Amino acid sequence: MSFLAKPAIFLLCLAPGAYLAYAVYLAFTGGENLLGPDPAQFLSLETGEWAIRLLILSLAITPLRYLFNWPVLFRFRRMIGLFAYFYVCMHLLVFLMFLLQWQWGDIGTEIAERPFITIGFAAFIILTPLAATSLNIAQRKLGRNWKRLHRLTYAASILGALHVIWIVRSSYFDAVLYGGVVALLLGYRLLRKYSKAVQQFSLLK
Amino acid sequence: MIIKTRKEIPSSEITPEAVYRDRRKFLKSSLAVGAGGTGLLTSALNAQTGDALFARAPADINLASKPDWLVEKAAARTEAPASGPFNTDEELTPFDDVSTYNNFYEFGTGKDDPARNARDFSIEPWTVKVEGECAKPGSYSLEDILKPHTFEERVFRLRCVEAWSMVIPWVGFSLGDLLKRFEPTGDANYVQFDTLVDSEQMPAQRSRFATIDWPYQEGLRMDEAMHPLATIATGLYNDILPAQNGAPLRLVVPWKYGFKSIKSIVAIRFTKTMPNNTWRDLQASEYGFYANVNPQVSHPRWSQASERRLPTSLFMPRRIDTMMFNGYADEVASLYDGMDLRRFY
Ligand code: HEM
Repeated sequence: MSFLAKPAIFLLCLAPGAYLAYAVYLAFTGGENLLGPDPAQFLSLETGEWAIRLLILSLAITPLRYLFNWPVLFRFRRMIGLFAYFYVCMHLLVFLMFLLQWQWGDIGTEIAERPFITIGFAAFIILTPLAATSLNIAQRKLGRNWKRLHRLTYAASILGALHVIWIVRSSYFDAVLYGGVVALLLGYRLLRKYSKAVQQFSLLK
Repeated sequence: MIIKTRKEIPSSEITPEAVYRDRRKFLKSSLAVGAGGTGLLTSALNAQTGDALFARAPADINLASKPDWLVEKAAARTEAPASGPFNTDEELTPFDDVSTYNNFYEFGTGKDDPARNARDFSIEPWTVKVEGECAKPGSYSLEDILKPHTFEERVFRLRCVEAWSMVIPWVGFSLGDLLKRFEPTGDANYVQFDTLVDSEQMPAQRSRFATIDWPYQEGLRMDEAMHPLATIATGLYNDILPAQNGAPLRLVVPWKYGFKSIKSIVAIRFTKTMPNNTWRDLQASEYGFYANVNPQVSHPRWSQASERRLPTSLFMPRRIDTMMFNGYADEVASLYDGMDLRRFY
């Protein structure tokens, strides 16, 4: 059965994107409106949400693997990380294409003058080389540096969480949720690095 | 600025609102031709029964119950004048969008939360407390508040600080006419409003994560409040307000960002000094007291130079330039003579 796990997770990660792509296709062909009266905003929020969820999930693999003594989880880490990057790219694309409508003049101003966009863009920049070096061959070539390079995920997830915290409006819920989970996952790594007890601790033997 | 006119829309896409607009035009012309016109009008209405015309404000709008007298008053509204600031040629935002795309944080954070969470909202009974610098403070019932006023239709642009906008046919009357009845004193320099606090009916007021210190509050300077464009809305389209749009009475200040137009009002307070307003209390660097629509003053999160006119579409977007005072500069700019609008945003 376990050979089905990977395709299943692939489909799960793909599903929200596929739905959104279908909705955009309907919008393009003049079909039913699944995106509401402000479709660009809707797409921006949805892609953003899935980007941070999957980024956090990819960050959760290592702690879960140790806490539950479940090494097989590592098989899914790259795929989930790449999906996170995929949703970040869609998020950026929606922003450039549908919110700014390729007005290049505005894009510079938006990135420079709106701190939450500066932060989000920085996260995107950081994630790009990670996605580019995700193949085994890059991993082999980079050797130990691969691991170092990919620690940048920590920075990207902090920036991603800050990006969300910055746009808090009437509720702290998202900020507390995403910020809190990122803090926990990074905190676990720190503790694990310095504490033997944490290294040996697992919920399932 | 006028965007797409109805003529350019293929007939298959004509919205019920176009029908509504047609009926409004039709009414005018039929009135002009007298009794003969009325017969035609009836048949035109019959032709649309059950679809376009009545689909806009369905009988079961989100409310536990609708007071008959209020429904009758809304139906008896006078039409918006053909020209002038109380009307516009711009395409109306469909009822469905006006009533499902809302910022009403008492009912949730998402745009569709209010429509979902306000289904059984009750406006009976409803009391408005009037307090502060006035000769006639007290607790007034909804009927006391609304009965003396003639309702009119007012079609205004609504510009949200989030850079989207709508065109909405409200039903209501000038706020100033209401305020005068309480005889504000010479010390009444400002007026403040509170939204209902009722965590049983308003789920987000129960949330531990709310940033807002309920009640939601807004305020106006007295001369702004007395301006005829400042409106108490009690309905939209052909009906009373759905809960998610601020039933049973709300403010509509068309030259200011939408957050000034406070919903579901339960208190009116005349004050000597500038009162609190919720978003300024939360984030004074981003939201001011005046919050006049101003394309030159950018918000840290949204450029205010342009806006998305809703409903918009992905591939034929309606992105239009934002107008100073949301297009009501001729009427209201003089209220701010000599003020630095960058400082008093
Ligand atoms: C590439 C540069 C980025 C740009 C230009 C950008 C832009 C935006 C914009 C315009 C919004 C809508 C804000 C609003 O109107 O409320 C937004 C929201 C959001 N973004 Fe980004 N973003 C970027 C990168 C990221 C990254 C890297 C992540 C996560 C890993 C992310 C996650 C989110 C989330 C979760 C939201 C909020 C969705 C919600 O409130 O439901 N963004 N972003």
